[in-house]
Amino acid sequence: MSKNNQHIAEANATYRGCLPDCADWTFADLQVYEQELARVAEHYRLDTYPNQIEMITSEQMMDAYASVGMPIGYHHWSFGKKFIQTQQTYKRGHMGLAYEIVINSNPCIAYLMEENTLTMQALVMAHACYGHNSFFKGNYLFKSWTDASSIIDYLLFAKNYIARCEELHGVDEVESTLDACHALMTHGVDRYKRPQRISLKEERKRQKQRQEYLQSQVNSLWQKFARQEPSATRDKARFPEQPQENLLYFIEKNSPLLKSWQREIVRIVRKLAQYFYPQKQTQVMNEGWACFWHYTLLNHLYDEGKLSDKFMLEFVHHHSNVIGQPAYNSKGYSGINPYALGFHMFTDIRRICEQPTDEDREWFPELAGTDWLDAVHFAMQNFKDESFISQYLSPKLIRDFKLFHIKDDATSPYIRVESIHNESGYRRIRQALSNQYNLSEIEPNIQIINADIDGDRTLTLEYVPHQKVPLHPSYQEVLKHLYYLWKFDVKLVQREEKGNERVIGTCPPKLDNS
Amino acid sequence: MANFIDRRLNSKNKSMVNRQRFFRRHKNQIKRSLADSINDRKVTDLTTGQDVSIAKKDLLEPVFRQGDGGSKNRVFAGNDQFAEGDKIPRPKAQGGQGSGAGNASDRGQGQDDFVFSISHDEYLNLLFDDLELPNLQKSQLDKLVEYKTVRSGYCAEGVPANIDIVKSLQGSIARRIAMTSGKRRELKACEQELEQVLASENHDPNIVAQLQAQIDMLKERISAVPFIDSFDMHYRNYDKQAVPTSKAVMFCLMDVSGSMVQATKDIAKRFYILLYLFLSRTYQTIDVVYIIHHTQAKEVDEQDFFYSRETGGTIVSSALELMQEIVAERYSSGDWNIYAAQASDGDNWQDDTEKCYELLKNQILPAVRFYAYIEITQDLHKSLWQRYRALANSESHFAMRRIREISDIYPVFRDLFKKSTNGVSAGVVNVKE
Repeated sequence: MSKNNQHIAEANATYRGCLPDCADWTFADLQVYEQELARVAEHYRLDTYPNQIEMITSEQMMDAYASVGMPIGYHHWSFGKKFIQTQQTYKRGHMGLAYEIVINSNPCIAYLMEENTLTMQALVMAHACYGHNSFFKGNYLFKSWTDASSIIDYLLFAKNYIARCEELHGVDEVESTLDACHALMTHGVDRYKRPQRISLKEERKRQKQRQEYLQSQVNSLWQKFARQEPSATRDKARFPEQPQENLLYFIEKNSPLLKSWQREIVRIVRKLAQYFYPQKQTQVMNEGWACFWHYTLLNHLYDEGKLSDKFMLEFVHHHSNVIGQPAYNSKGYSGINPYALGFHMFTDIRRICEQPTDEDREWFPELAGTDWLDAVHFAMQNFKDESFISQYLSPKLIRDFKLFHIKDDATSPYIRVESIHNESGYRRIRQALSNQYNLSEIEPNIQIINADIDGDRTLTLEYVPHQKVPLHPSYQEVLKHLYYLWKFDVKLVQREEKGNERVIGTCPPKLDNS
Repeated sequence: MANFIDRRLNSKNKSMVNRQRFFRRHKNQIKRSLADSINDRKVTDLTTGQDVSIAKKDLLEPVFRQGDGGSKNRVFAGNDQFAEGDKIPRPKAQGGQGSGAGNASDRGQGQDDFVFSISHDEYLNLLFDDLELPNLQKSQLDKLVEYKTVRSGYCAEGVPANIDIVKSLQGSIARRIAMTSGKRRELKACEQELEQVLASENHDPNIVAQLQAQIDMLKERISAVPFIDSFDMHYRNYDKQAVPTSKAVMFCLMDVSGSMVQATKDIAKRFYILLYLFLSRTYQTIDVVYIIHHTQAKEVDEQDFFYSRETGGTIVSSALELMQEIVAERYSSGDWNIYAAQASDGDNWQDDTEKCYELLKNQILPAVRFYAYIEITQDLHKSLWQRYRALANSESHFAMRRIREISDIYPVFRDLFKKSTNGVSAGVVNVKE
């Protein structure tokens, strides 16, 4: 450590005030930058988990990609597929790798690629280690849904548990179970209930108890003889009493023939889905927040005279690449760039606070003229993409982005432009864009409405279409996976406009689908 | 505050297990893809891996999601021409460019294949999974004709290049301890005595001088023991070990008479490629001899073998005779494993068939490891097949199969070399009967 300090002192002396700006980095350089960033971040009241910065090669970055950023992952073919895909596109030059991957854990692990230049590393540290990191620690979704201190332990537990299952029950069995769970992963989260936090030790202890308890519960549920009751009373006694949106949870607790190790695997996949759920809902905010802070922190250092012009030129180049928003008809268009939208929204909040126009005073009376730092922190802590946009998207940004809103109704031969960036369109565009990030509108609403426990054990799911959008035909395959876990008939019905229900799929398939 | 960790030296193949899981799961599709791709290879091409393509639909991981249709609201950036209420004609599915980017890229369901490359070893492993060369174990150890040099312990003499320094110095230390321990003990005793004498009040200077002289003498003798002696030297010893020969020659015999069209030759080519790759798993060096024949046989190169156009009748025995001559001339020394594959459409000069039978039975089969005959025809079997059948029944390392179309090749090949409990897989089997 003392040796490192000495290096830092030397590095400082060499550049006389300016931080090093050569292309190649050394760990000593990085440490200098890290310390400066930490100092400035504190100035801006960024509250972070301690940072753990890990330097990796591009090959290792591809590994990290394949495991969706989990530093420890159980084995499954789909991760192999992801890896091959990444490797293939990277080799052909179709895609660059991310400069970093950051994990919502405590300490916050950030992977940096060794290929990055020193400027890039500084940018990435500001972005990941102070931007994302403070978001993970401060945002209400992450606070209430994930537990950063136990995730690594849990991943380790999951990996070892699944590896043991493979030894005991064979790779094929475990693979099929995981396949089925992955198919239902998007519907394996509690959207409203708050999960409990437990540590690895407790998890292990509980796992054994749970195993026995669950099985006994299931047994008692299914041990009953089928009673012959009049159909009228049978209708009343529905199970579950309320529709269940968390399919994996329902399976874990109620599936009659699952083995206890399978229940545990269902639980592991469910837990991971829950862990990633906040990230899905805060993409714009999370990236925007990180971009806003790498921009603000490095500019702060520049204003202090600590960064050279050479450094800044390279930095601005990378920065503008990241936050570019191509137009809808340009070649590179692939939807709204979350980095661009998020960055400009946070910048815009600062602008509204510091230099409000009359329009801003009308639209954001509570922001105009207040302390911008309070305002951005409040926004970061208390919103998700959907609510963030509907709260903060300003007319100025709508104009800057030249946003327009179309309605694509399959029954009409035309696509209609509903609103554009003008006075009458602002609110509607804001609402439409907000909805675009509303997961409950993007992901189909499917719930378990009945499990016929007294009869033939058929499991009935209901799909309620949003704006008449039908299910993607792949649901037939998903039903097979659900059948694998439930092991009795599975039926999917769609609620039609008039309130009646139509069976759209069964597994095993029945010819008579009326 | 931050903790820096350098992970660059950690292993990079963290995804290897998952990659293998992927192969394992999609083995059948991958094998199908490999069988299809055989035709594009040169027979002796061993350096490259292989691109594998799998239909994307086989790889889908289904989830519940929204499909096309219904009513959808979307927001886009960069408006340059639209006003409220404009109607845009709906772009065609997969529409690509155009003003109505409305649907263009939304979950486009590409039907193209998932293409990735595998290394050469992976390629061969997948291609020849569960196959083995017949009769290999039984006869391979008969001929111990090649030697390789292996380490075998140490010896006391050798050239300086082979000195084992650690072992030699160990010897040196041991020798020095052994040779000086008695003197050291004496030395210690003398020194103690000297101390005692000096400690007493009025000591005799003569005794002191005497002890001093003895100590000096002992020290000198100890230091006279050489640091290293030729006696200490250890040299690495090498030995010659007999290993089974790893050379093979593969004879490709093909009928190029008028009745063999290019399509038939392509089928034969695929078969030869498979055989070559398969042999390359077992043998380090493989010679390939190409022999074509119509009424006469000649040795040609690969290009001519597959693409030359000749016409005329068919006399199979000419090729067999030529093969036998070449064996006698170049591959007779006994350290060659000889394999042969003959492809034909089954035509032969009527009188020649009996001669072929005799040649094979008495001359060729005793010399080769394995002889495969494939008949590429849609028609009924002809005379050659009938006569060879007798051979197949009596000789275990002669196999014959019939191929009707391209898709038969890989199954037939697998069938020829599949692992069998008794090690003999020859016999007459028709695929798709």
